[in-house]
Amino acid sequence: MTTSKLRFDAVYKAYDRNLVLRGVSLDVQEHEVVCLIGGSGSGKSTLLRCANLLEEINAGQIYLNGESIIAPGVHADRIRQRIGLVFQSYNLFPHMSVLKNITFAQQIVLRRSRSEAERRAFELLERFGLSDKARAFPDHLSGGQQQRVAVVRAMALDPEVLLLDEITSALDPVMVGEVLNVIRELKTLGMTMILATHHMGFARHIADRIAFLEGGEIIEIGPPAQLFDAPHDPRTKEFLDRVLASE
Amino acid sequence: MNPDPVEAPRKLSEAEIEALLVRPSVWKRRDVQRSLLIATLSTVVLGALIAYVLSESTGWDAVRRSFLSWHHFQEAMPRVWDGFKLNIKIFLIAEPIVLVVGLLLALARLSRNPVLFPIRAFAVFFIDVFRGAPALLVILMLGFGVPGLRIEGLPREPVFWGTVAIILTSSAYTAETFRAGIESIHPGQRAAARSLGLSNVRAQLHVVLPQAIRNVIPPLLSGFVALQKETSLVSAIGPLEATRQAQIYAGTTFNFTSYLAAALLFAAVTVPLARLTDHLLVRSGKSRASGGAV
Repeated sequence: MTTSKLRFDAVYKAYDRNLVLRGVSLDVQEHEVVCLIGGSGSGKSTLLRCANLLEEINAGQIYLNGESIIAPGVHADRIRQRIGLVFQSYNLFPHMSVLKNITFAQQIVLRRSRSEAERRAFELLERFGLSDKARAFPDHLSGGQQQRVAVVRAMALDPEVLLLDEITSALDPVMVGEVLNVIRELKTLGMTMILATHHMGFARHIADRIAFLEGGEIIEIGPPAQLFDAPHDPRTKEFLDRVLASE
Repeated sequence: MNPDPVEAPRKLSEAEIEALLVRPSVWKRRDVQRSLLIATLSTVVLGALIAYVLSESTGWDAVRRSFLSWHHFQEAMPRVWDGFKLNIKIFLIAEPIVLVVGLLLALARLSRNPVLFPIRAFAVFFIDVFRGAPALLVILMLGFGVPGLRIEGLPREPVFWGTVAIILTSSAYTAETFRAGIESIHPGQRAAARSLGLSNVRAQLHVVLPQAIRNVIPPLLSGFVALQKETSLVSAIGPLEATRQAQIYAGTTFNFTSYLAAALLFAAVTVPLARLTDHLLVRSGKSRASGGAV
């Protein structure tokens, strides 16, 4: 058996006495794209934040390439660089130009020279159709452009896994299209990704596997065709009926 | 003949649209001229009224002689100016130290690392004490108290201890300003910085602080104004700064125009600072809320 790229083993997470993740286990293989679906508060975002070590888990294990990322002595900042995270609210740094947003962490975390960091930035900006925005400040970009810059910023650190936390939820339909194209492009590059998303159509199209979460548990996981067309669990079916009726 | 009731609303021609876009500025200019005229008139009328009432009232001559004597103004100004140079010197020395100490106190107070608990506790204590105590009290305590200890190696000059006292009280206020600035930055900014692999310190330094400091520049400038005025309190322990010089002059001549001279000197520094603050506030308000006519 090959080791999985990212592996969650019975992960529990509570905020105070509120249990948000109830023993989530998930294996993600290299180059695989997994979509997390489920209602608000189902634990999708929390799972991604735990993998990026922005949250401390209460029990369980998380492995990257078979090595625990929460074991004592593990350098959390190094792990965060290897597991990129893109937020729903972009969180670009408003006091820095687009270029600086993308280069400054490279220079500090990866100790790249400025020219090296800029070369990497321009390479990615060009690929995602943003090279004319390099000198602009985030305030002057549309939401879709900001979110694409946020993806570029995360990708510039050459992460091994990219986590995308409902990155289209704050965008209007046209901009959603722009951002989804970026994700499509990342898939063709072979990027290992976990996406929390509300776009069922897109999830079906892009994902290798879909995981349905409810109440902090993975209720069901499987290839899109199976999960969407022939869900085993009545809770999955009920969720899909509700969501697809509104689409 | 009645107009056709179902006639479609006529669209404007290009020329009419052009006229529409030009006219507001003409209107505006006329508007501005009109309000300028009204403002000038009302000011002149009110000023004349006040002048008339003052000149008719019985005490006015006495007031003018005591507070507005040109002769005494000329006599007192050189001495007050001499003292004011000390105020400026205290301000220039104290302000940079206040900014650094204030920022360090704010960072100490916001630290969450348990190892730093004693530092955090100290910061809270320091801010409580020096924000709670009147500046004059601290000046008197340090200015008279510490030289009285006769400890070898400690400076004895009242100016030194007065400046230290001012630095302590102002730093406490400034720390709270910085703290408000840091807390105003959305937690997502820190999360984004950490998610890129930056350490806590790096995230603070490169992402949180630059934004926080920019947000609190207006209140910091207000603090500058307050500090410049507070330097006059040092007179309580002896140094011959502007207020003290004015007091001495008034004490020997029984004329109070010297105080006016001192007040004008302070205003010459603080009013431009206050205007700069207003200007920056307006600018930051504009950049934040773009759009909307009301």
